[in-house]
Amino acid sequence: MEIWRHNDHIEISELDPFLAELLRQIPASASPDGVRAAEQRLFSSPTIGKEPELCAEWKQYVEPELRRLFQSATETVAADLQQLNGNEKSLANRTLRIPAKHMDAWLSALNQARLVIAAKNNFTETELSDHFRSPIGSRRDLSLFQINFYGFLQEFILRDTKS
Amino acid sequence: MDETGSVTIAEPTKETRSEEDLDLPWQIVVHNDPVNLMSYVTMVFQRVFGYPREKAERHMLEVHHKGRSILWAGMREPAELYVQQLHGYLLLATLEKVG
Repeated sequence: MEIWRHNDHIEISELDPFLAELLRQIPASASPDGVRAAEQRLFSSPTIGKEPELCAEWKQYVEPELRRLFQSATETVAADLQQLNGNEKSLANRTLRIPAKHMDAWLSALNQARLVIAAKNNFTETELSDHFRSPIGSRRDLSLFQINFYGFLQEFILRDTKS
Repeated sequence: MDETGSVTIAEPTKETRSEEDLDLPWQIVVHNDPVNLMSYVTMVFQRVFGYPREKAERHMLEVHHKGRSILWAGMREPAELYVQQLHGYLLLATLEKVG
């Protein structure tokens, strides 16, 4: 895989089918799928168990706004990912171009996906610090690899937004 | 009601509260989260509060090492808006009354 920064986009080329598939999974991975821990992480409380009135108002007025915000970001990313669904041979390497104006949506969707995967798997802090685990050991290892891969992309985009 | 059938109504107590009492300062606390990247958290503090990079990094490191950092204190309404923005960036942020 190669990743390049251009004036108006980031280009990820030489994407092998495995990494391309991981990218395709960003929108689905960002969905809590009714898993309580994931739902609670995306929509965390505005207080620490205090101020029940504020929490109730938050659920009624702020949460729907946040849902719309998160959904809009994953939809933008899903549209960009259409580039990976070409008619080429399924095992061919692919290229993805992310427009500069979509960087915030990508940061959000990647973050949602990382948080949801971590919450669903209940990863420990030690596991999350292990950046070198092979993805082929188990489903859990693959999920950890996914978090690290998405984190790498986030870091790259962040360097872009800072410069 | 007493034995004679008359009703005694308790004197209403008058409670006075100043405007400051009604809107005590609130503080915004950001809590540690092992998933969010340090560089991402720094960027969010810069964007939401307009802090310079060094100050944003100081707060990020405080969150990382001490588990929490107080990012801002003030009236409730702007505090709520800040927390809403921080939740929009998926940070663990809460509002707490000062004192």
